[in-house]
Formats: sequence, structure tokens, C-alpha cells
Amino acid sequence: MLHGFLPALLEGTLTTLSVALASLAIAVVLGLVGAAAKLSRIPFVRGVAMAYTTIVRGVPDLVLMLLIFFGGQIAVNALAAKFGFEGYVDIDPYVAGVATIGFIFGAYLTETFRGALIAIHAGQREAGLAFGMSRAQVFRRITLPQMIRFAIPGFTNNWLVLVKSTAIVSVIGLTDMMHSAGMAAGATREPFTFYLAAGVIYLAITSLSMLGLGALERSVSVGLRRAA
Amino acid sequence: MNFDAIIEALPSYIGGVGVTLQLLVAALLLGLVIALPMGVARASDNPWLSKPVWVFTYVIRGTPMLVQLFLIYYGLAQFELVRESALWPLLSQAWFCAVLTFTLNTAGYTAEIIAGAMRATPYGEIEAANSLGMPRWKVLTRILLPSAMRRALPAYSNEVIFMLHGTSLASVVTVIDLTGAAREMNSRSYLPFEAFLTAAVFYLAMTFSLVAMFHFAEKRWLGHLAPRKSAPLIATSVPI
Repeated sequence: MLHGFLPALLEGTLTTLSVALASLAIAVVLGLVGAAAKLSRIPFVRGVAMAYTTIVRGVPDLVLMLLIFFGGQIAVNALAAKFGFEGYVDIDPYVAGVATIGFIFGAYLTETFRGALIAIHAGQREAGLAFGMSRAQVFRRITLPQMIRFAIPGFTNNWLVLVKSTAIVSVIGLTDMMHSAGMAAGATREPFTFYLAAGVIYLAITSLSMLGLGALERSVSVGLRRAA
Repeated sequence: MNFDAIIEALPSYIGGVGVTLQLLVAALLLGLVIALPMGVARASDNPWLSKPVWVFTYVIRGTPMLVQLFLIYYGLAQFELVRESALWPLLSQAWFCAVLTFTLNTAGYTAEIIAGAMRATPYGEIEAANSLGMPRWKVLTRILLPSAMRRALPAYSNEVIFMLHGTSLASVVTVIDLTGAAREMNSRSYLPFEAFLTAAVFYLAMTFSLVAMFHFAEKRWLGHLAPRKSAPLIATSVPI
């Protein structure tokens, strides 16, 4: 099937999935830090978070990726030269791709998490404190479980967009699924077949994600009454 | 920062902005024309109308736009029927393929936005129209669509900005748009910071202009749904 290129395509799929999951981990951390910063009492911290989300959401991901891949190369080498290193450091496209996608979706998740945090009524936190819980206990028992519930719809959406934007890492030379499909297309002169196969695999990933995250949403929303 | 190099390359950036805007406006206009009937069909009770549209939007929204672009630009050439057709002079052009891809893509997303806004119409409005004896077509053009289009504005403004960013993919298939201009400058002078930061500044400016335009449009057409500034403070319900 697929002229024997199926294993190569599946290997590329693994790279794509690994890029997506690694950038998701970075994005979740950045998103939590960003949401905390946006709700901070210190104006400077709020300003930095504001600049981060505004700039990242105003520039195409491809431009940011090219900036980090090519620009990072120069920055890293300048830094290495300063510390007396004489060789040439190559930035790995995997690192550049994961860093860029994580950085971008950190900004989107910042908004998702911020929205989820402010959706929790302040009185609940006050009630927890009044019961003598520590701030950490209030976060773990009151804020976090509800925040997860409020954040899941936005999180699902961002994850789907993230998976799809991993396709652009092939532009900086990463051997992901798009790259494998391109190689196979060139070798067999059947580009439609292989990009269609890549599209089907992406559709499978996004469909399974929607099913899984939908089930998760239902399980954390047990006990939530809906108006309609 | 090598500002001389940026100033020297400025004309090609301006040209790139022009191409980016052309791609964006062409795709948005054509996409909206396709999305409107699709959105109405998607919101219809008739499964023969709504299901085919659902399949289209599901596939468009479930796959990366880069895959869609490659399928059209590289993929279609696989078929002799396409290569010998009258459309081939167009389909062999990167610019045309980019517009075609972006149009289909934005149509898929916009159809769902319109359908969602139509479903959110309060049913009393339809009942009122029915009780006045309006035929279905009139209910659609006088009641459903005007208010649905207004309510779709906030979601549509997001889609427009995503589309602006999406047009940067055209540079992958050799179109010299704004991103293409930056990539050209980078490969010529190897000044990646200057090249891509300049493009980023232009994209930011375009994003902010679009946001401002939609802000104005929402004030103009959606003002009646905005929270009143002097509204009395109502206790928000406690989530259970």
C-alpha cells in the first residue's frame, strides 16, 4: 500500500505527534505562568504578560518559527563565541519547532487559563480561606478542579489548532509527516496520493483528540447542572 | 540591528504587504460568498442539506491548511485530466492555488460561524415573523440572516485574523507575499532578525488595523447587544 512508503509516513506521524506533545507541555507551563502574570497585582508583570499575548497572537506562526530558527542560530553562535567556543552550533529544527509552537500556544493558553480562573467566583476562594484552608489547599481543592472544567473547551480548541500548525515545521527541515509525504510524493510522482494520506492521518488525530477531550469534559463536568 | 538593510529592502516589503492583502481580500470575499449558502444549509433541519456541509467543514477544520494547499498546488498535477483541462493555466499558478485554498478554508470555518449564529436566534423572533405571515424565504432574509450576521461578527473577526496569518503559507509555494519578502531578504543578506522582525511589525500593524475595524463594526452593528455602561449591578449567579 502507498508503494511501500507507509512505514516512512507513520514514522513522520510519530515525529509530528512528538512535536505536538512536547510543544503542548511547554505551552501549558507558559499558559499557567502567563495567566498568573495577567492576574498579578504588579503592573509590570501584567504588562509583560500583555505584551507576550498581544505580540504572539498578532504575528503568523510561520514568521515566528523562521525568526526563532534562523535568528536563534545567530544568537546562539554569538553567545557561544562570547564564551570562547570556536565551533559552529547548529540549531536543531526539532528544538526550534517545539520551542516556537510551545511559545505561540503558551499565549493562547494564557487567555484560556485566565478566563477559566476568573470564571470561578471569588466567594468560593474566600469561603475556603474562611474554613481555615491554606492558600495552597484552596488552589488544589477549590480553584484547580473547577479551572480544569472551565478550561477544557478552550484547551480542546487550542490543541486542535496546535496539532494542525505542526505541519509548518517541515518548512524548517524537520522530517515530520509533511516531509515524509513530500519525499514519497517526489519519488512516486503521486503528490495527491501522499498529501491526501497525510490529510487523512491529521484528520484521524484531530478526530480522536475531539473524542478523547469530549469524554474528559463530560467526566470533569459530572455534577454540573446545565441550564439548557 | 542593521537598519540600513531594512530600509533598503523596504520596497519589497511594501510589495509583499500588497500581495498579502490581495490574497486576504480575495479569499475572504470569495469565501464569504460560498460560506453564506453553506451556513444556511448547515443550520437547516433537513439532513440532506446540513450533512454534506458538515462533512466539508469537518474535513477543512480537521486538517492543516498547509496540507490543503499542497493537495491543490502539488497534488492536482498528478491527474492528467487536470493537466489537460482548460483550468490548468490557472491551477499551475501558485497565486491562484493559494487563493483557492484560502477561499475553501475560510469558507469552511465561516459556514460554521454563520450556522452557529443562526442557531442562536431566539425562537420568539421566528414565531413573531411566522405570526405576521412571512414566507420562509422572507424570514430568512429579513429576520434570521441580518441578526445572525451581526452576532457572527466577533467570531468572524477572529477568523479574519487567522486568515491574515494563514496567508503567510503562500510563501511556502513560492508566492512573494510579506513572509516571502522576509524570506527573500534573509536568504540574500542572512540577516534573520532584521528580515523576520520587519515582517512581524507589518503583520502586527495589519492585525491591529483589522481589530480596530471590527471593533468599529461591532459598535456600529452589534451595539444593541453590548453591556450597558450604566447597567445596575446584578448579583452574578453562583456556579453550582
